[in-house]
Amino acid sequence: MYKLGIPRSLFYYYYGHFWQDFFNALKIDYLISPITNKKIMENGMKIAGSEMCLSLKNYLGHIDYLKDKCEYILVPRISNFKNDNQTCTNFWAAKDIVNNLFENKILNYNVDIQKHQTLKKGLFKIGKVLKKTPLEIKKAYHYAVIKEKKRLKKNHQINQNKLKLPKTKILIVSHPYNLYDELIGKDIIKYLKKRKIELIYSDKFDPKITNKLSKKISKDLYFKYSKDNLGAIIYCQNKIDGIIFISSFPCAPDSLANELAMRKIKIPYLNLVIDDSTSFTGLETRLESFLDMLGGKLND
Amino acid sequence: MTKISFPQMGDYHIPATYLLSHIFPNDKIINAPKITNKTIELGTKYSPEFVCTPFKYTLGTMIECLEKGADTLIQMGGGCRYGYYAELQEKILKDLGYNCKIINLVTKGQTNIRRINKLFKQINHKYSKIKTIYYSFITLKMVKYMDIIDDYIRQNIGFEQKEGSFEKLKEEMLNEFKYIKGYRNLYKTYKKYLKKFYNLKTYKPDKRLKIGIIGELYTIMEPFSNYYLEKSLAKHHIEIKRFTNVHYLLFEKAKEYKKYQKYAKEYFKYPLGADASDNIARCKFLCENDYDGIIHIKSSFCTPEIGAMPIINKIANTYQKPVLFFSFDSATSKTGIETRLEAFYDMLEMRKEK
Repeated sequence: MYKLGIPRSLFYYYYGHFWQDFFNALKIDYLISPITNKKIMENGMKIAGSEMCLSLKNYLGHIDYLKDKCEYILVPRISNFKNDNQTCTNFWAAKDIVNNLFENKILNYNVDIQKHQTLKKGLFKIGKVLKKTPLEIKKAYHYAVIKEKKRLKKNHQINQNKLKLPKTKILIVSHPYNLYDELIGKDIIKYLKKRKIELIYSDKFDPKITNKLSKKISKDLYFKYSKDNLGAIIYCQNKIDGIIFISSFPCAPDSLANELAMRKIKIPYLNLVIDDSTSFTGLETRLESFLDMLGGKLND
Repeated sequence: MTKISFPQMGDYHIPATYLLSHIFPNDKIINAPKITNKTIELGTKYSPEFVCTPFKYTLGTMIECLEKGADTLIQMGGGCRYGYYAELQEKILKDLGYNCKIINLVTKGQTNIRRINKLFKQINHKYSKIKTIYYSFITLKMVKYMDIIDDYIRQNIGFEQKEGSFEKLKEEMLNEFKYIKGYRNLYKTYKKYLKKFYNLKTYKPDKRLKIGIIGELYTIMEPFSNYYLEKSLAKHHIEIKRFTNVHYLLFEKAKEYKKYQKYAKEYFKYPLGADASDNIARCKFLCENDYDGIIHIKSSFCTPEIGAMPIINKIANTYQKPVLFFSFDSATSKTGIETRLEAFYDMLEMRKEK
C-alpha cells in the first residue's frame, strides 16, 4: 500500500515533475498511475457522465486505477492565477466530482489567488496531513520550486533553439494533458516525428512571455492555459510553416479561443478534435494532406 | 443615431427595452424578433462546432437584429465561458460582413459602474447619468415584480379553472409595464395585477404533484430553448418550483452562495462555476422537502452543469427521489422530450399512489 497516489492525467502534466520533486524531498512513497492504456480509458468512461470531456473521463479512469492501491489520492483544485487568468471549470470541479464518485481519502489543495489561496499554503496544508514538520516542508518546497524554474528555462531554451533550425517547423497548439497522453495525442506526435518534422509545443514556452502576447489575438480572453497557447502562436508566428490545433471533444475554453485564433491567423492550420471514437486512420489522412499542402519543403 | 439591439431571454426584453429607451431617448431601440427555428439554424451554421447552445441562440438573434438594421448590440456574460461570447461573436459577425459593435456589460460574472459608464459613453456620449440611475432603479424593481408574479404563476397555472386565464392576464400586465411612468405608477400597477392574480380561480387538490426545476440559467429562462417545458408540465397539473431568475442572479446569488455551501457541505466544498454549486444545494433542498421529482435541464456542452450532474445523481440516489436530465441542443426533437416527460410523469403518479 502506497501512501500517496498521483493520477497521470490533467494536473499531472502541469505539476507532475514539481510534485515528484516535492514528495521525493519529503521522503513519501507515492505511486504514479501508469501511462494511459485502453483499460484505464474504458473504466473512466464507465464512471464518468457521457457528456464529460475526454480528458476528464481519462482522469477519472486513472483515479479508478489508484483507488485500491493508495491511502491518499492527490486531487488539487486550480481555479485562477490573478489578473484574468482562470482555468477551465472542470479544473474547479475535479475535486468535488472525485470526492462524490469515490470513497477514497483525498489530499487536496486549492489554488485560488483571488481569494489568497496560494500553492505554497496548499502544500503546507498537505505536508501537515502527511505528518511532516514545517521545516521539512519548507525545505522541500524551495527545492521543488528551484528545480521547476530551471526546467521552465530549459524548455523555453529548447523551443527557441528549435525555432532557429532550417527545417519544416510546425507549432502544436494544445493542452499538455491531451498532447502527451498515450491515447489522445501521442499518435499524432509519433506520426509527425516519423515524417521528420520539427515540432514546437505551445505549452513549453515561458508562460510569463506568452501570456502577455495573447493580447494581440484576444483582448478579453480569461482562460489562462488558452491564453498561453495563443501567446505561443504570436511568439513564433513568423518562424513556423504551419499550426496544428489539438483538442479533446467538448473542450470549453478551446471551442471559443481556438476558433478566434483560427479566424485571425494567416498561417496554414489544421484543427483536430479528438473524441473517444476517433480512429487514427482518419486523423492520418488529414495529417497527410495537411503536410502535402504545406508544400514540397519537407525535410526528407 | 445609433440603433441598439440585444439578444433576448424570456420576457426580460420588456424591462431592458424600457431602460434603454429612457437612457438613450434619441436613439432607436430595435426589438429582437422572437426566437424561431430559423434563428437556431442561422446560429448553428456560423458557430464553432462544440460551443454551448446559448452561443448559437444569441448569435442567431444577433444576425436577425442586424438584418433589421441594428448597429450596436448589447451582450451580457456569466461566470463560465458565457463571459467570453462577445469577442468571438463580434469577430464572426464581422467576418460575415456586418458592420457592428458589441458591448459586453458583464465579463466573468463581474461588472462595475465605471465599466458600464465607459461603455454607455460609446453608445451615446451625451447620456444622462442621473436619469440612468433613476431608470435602472425602476427597471430593477420591475424585474423583481415580474419574478414574484412569475413565481406565483408557476405554482398555480397547472390548476387554473379557465384555460389560458393566467397567460392572458400576464400579457396584459406586461403590456402595461411597457408604458410605466415613474416608480409609484409601477408599484400601483404591480399591486393591482397581484390582486387580480390572487382572484383568479384555481382548484388545488391536496394530492398534487410538485416538481422542482433546476439547471443552467439561459436554458431555464428562455422558454423556446427548453421547448416550453414549463407549459407542458402545467398541462399535466403539476406545481412547479424554479429558483433561477434575473433578480436572483443580480442580487441574491452572492449572498445565497454561502448559505448553500453550508447547507450542502458534504457534497461540495468549492464553487463549481456558474450555477452548478447552487443547483447541487437546491437539489438537496428539493429532496428534503416534499417535492416528488426533480428536472435538471441544461444546454448541451454546458461544462459546469456536466460537472454537477454526477453529484446531483448521487444526492437523488441517497434520498430515493427521481431525477430527469434534459440536455437541449438545436437538434433535439420535441417528440423525444415529450415522450420522456410523459414517462416521467406516469412514474411520479405511480409513486404518489403508493
